[in-house]
Amino acid sequence: MKKALLTASAAAFAIAASVGYASARDQVQVAGSSTVLPYAKIVAEQFGETFTNFKTPVVESGGSGAGIKEFCKGVGENTIDIANSSRPMKKDEVQSCVDAGVKDIQEVKIGYDGIVFATDVKGPDWALTPEDVYKALAAKIAVDGKLVDNPNTKWNQVNPNLPDWDIAAYIPGEKHGTREVFEEKLLIAGCKKLGGVEAGKASGLDDKAAEAACKAVRKDGKAVDIDGDYSETLARIDSNKTGVGVFGLAFYENNADKLKVATVGGITPSVETIASGEYPVSRPLFFYVKKAHLGVVPGLKEYVEFFLDDQMVGPEGPLADYGLVAAPDAERAAQRDAFGAGKTM
Amino acid sequence: MTDISLDTLPTATAPARRDIGLKKRYAAERRFRIYGVLAISVGLAFLAVMLFSIISKGHTAFWQTSITLPVTFDEKVIDPSNKRATDPKVLITANYPKLAENALIARLGIDPEDKAQVRKLKGFLSDSVRVQLRSIVQADPSVIGQTRDIILLAAANMDSAYKGQIDLSVPEARRKVSDQQVEWMNKLKAEGAMAERFNTGLFKFGASSRPETSGVGVALIGSFFMMLIVLMLALPIGVAASIYLEEFAKKNRFTDLIEVNINNLAAVPSIVFGLLGLAVFINFLGLPRSASFVGGLVLTLMTLPTIIIATRAALAAVPPSIRSAALGLGASKMQMVFQHILPLAAPGILTGTIIGLARALGETAPLLLIGMVAFVADYPKSPFDPATALPVQIYMWANEAERAFVERMSGAIIILLIFLMAMNIVAIVLRRRFERRW
Repeated sequence: MKKALLTASAAAFAIAASVGYASARDQVQVAGSSTVLPYAKIVAEQFGETFTNFKTPVVESGGSGAGIKEFCKGVGENTIDIANSSRPMKKDEVQSCVDAGVKDIQEVKIGYDGIVFATDVKGPDWALTPEDVYKALAAKIAVDGKLVDNPNTKWNQVNPNLPDWDIAAYIPGEKHGTREVFEEKLLIAGCKKLGGVEAGKASGLDDKAAEAACKAVRKDGKAVDIDGDYSETLARIDSNKTGVGVFGLAFYENNADKLKVATVGGITPSVETIASGEYPVSRPLFFYVKKAHLGVVPGLKEYVEFFLDDQMVGPEGPLADYGLVAAPDAERAAQRDAFGAGKTM
Repeated sequence: MTDISLDTLPTATAPARRDIGLKKRYAAERRFRIYGVLAISVGLAFLAVMLFSIISKGHTAFWQTSITLPVTFDEKVIDPSNKRATDPKVLITANYPKLAENALIARLGIDPEDKAQVRKLKGFLSDSVRVQLRSIVQADPSVIGQTRDIILLAAANMDSAYKGQIDLSVPEARRKVSDQQVEWMNKLKAEGAMAERFNTGLFKFGASSRPETSGVGVALIGSFFMMLIVLMLALPIGVAASIYLEEFAKKNRFTDLIEVNINNLAAVPSIVFGLLGLAVFINFLGLPRSASFVGGLVLTLMTLPTIIIATRAALAAVPPSIRSAALGLGASKMQMVFQHILPLAAPGILTGTIIGLARALGETAPLLLIGMVAFVADYPKSPFDPATALPVQIYMWANEAERAFVERMSGAIIILLIFLMAMNIVAIVLRRRFERRW
């Protein structure tokens, strides 16, 4: 019996090995940001349904950094074609791409994503400013021109208009692309307005260190890093009704019956206020295409063109329905032209 | 042996009973039993809470709301300029959602000119009607011009509302379902056109961005391929390695070292095997990303130590008398192993293999690095095509924003648990039926 099993498995293995992996890859492969993932999924699915002669692209998640790393592994069949990213590619990332032979990269901006603060739906209305966020969540804040350990424990100590709640904020963890926007548009912006940079310099820090001190988040448990996804943040708010969470606009809009959104600087986040640039905390979303794979991997060019078509990224398209903030008309047209013309980074 | 009866025993004066601390010792034993019972009940309580939360959230995933509508395959909508005979693309790109919308307008008795009302129909039916109606027309173009009763999927938000998962008491603007849609839903429900049906799609569909058309189909096939590869590779390699180590190899420092390493490997975190798979199978050997073949190889590496340890234990449990008897009757060492030891050890080996497979079936971490945590919509035709696995699908759905994915995630967990339970039951049955006690 054992002999038969051995022979059978050896035979099956040999057949399996000979069947599949002789043919070239006939499917677009995408990896990267989990923020871009839902949009890429919608496009991939509709692409597969519309272009019946191409297979549906495979979209991996795993984060912007991980996606770009895979993307920069080189050119060839077992490397990915597109990297999704919730931030622009960094200089050293481009360099590592070039070193691995990925010389021509086409950058495509697909639209904008807003980052919102939200509390439990039954709580009071919240109006935040970047200064409030800085005063509540920074490790050290500027008081009378000096940096001191953050003494605030309740939101109404930060700003009398805020409720008498213990500070408990669930913010994106360090590996998230969202974290950078959070630091730049809220902590650093608030810090600068309150003179935190000067206070830092007064206590002997150079420019860089003063900025780093601005965005250092307090570590006493009042600001909690969430390394998982927004659904984890939602679960934290569910269990702590006086917690404040940071979400993507799309996630908030899908769960508006459970969450109440806070205004930032008096502006309510919405697709309109983000597109117009009024709402301060937003960021562009990108994907990067390997030019050497265009025309080699079937469907790659068509997928990118389909993605950039107004029926997808336009303000009436399914991506906007899901929560993507469409770029202005001229910018969308420019993206299409740049891709068509083969413009590389 | 003769029985010993009381009168054959030598009589002696019984020593004074030593019951010093007897009460204390009995009490200690009683306490220990209580601790044991407590430990088990805590474990059972956690299990009950977990099962209750999964089943209470997940049972609804096996039912899906759909709407039966008389759809008219209107030639004016599908092929207004009558070109389908010459241009086959017409049937692919036709405006099929319009057919479904017209059917819904007629069914609900809305004035087609009332644009505000018609706009509210958006998000009532699933976007999948396009593909569904298209495949009907492509399969049988003669349907054009006829009217047929067709079961169409409701959109995910309507499905959630129908199942009562959306809180309708919050203001209309804060939820994804409008009051008008709820009114229509109740109307169709009362008339029996809208109903929950068994969700075959959950087993049939691949990944999708729409909750109502997403299922574990691709994941099931991917998991099946991987289990097949693990079984085909890990069982023969593991059994051969164990037989050699247990029956043939000399006991020396070198084999001791191998044994220590095998035991260590069994405890290595599974993500390490993923890293190895990425470095060796994808980067060095150039095998395709996201393929269940690579996933199977990685899981094989992960399962091997478990199988080797179980097989060695099973071989060692066969008493030496069997070996001596076989050798004494003139069998060669190989005959002894394959004709006597292995059949007797088989139940133990199979149990170990099934438990190893069950562990491999539930793994996500090593698959992350080889690109199997991905959105895959098309069925894999061979183990070299991109695929996902059951636990990966659960993980992907857990990260989705839409409410309707919560029940699907729990539903997929139920499916996975059923598979794991079935495998473990098979292992127990095999052990009970074939295990020999010596």
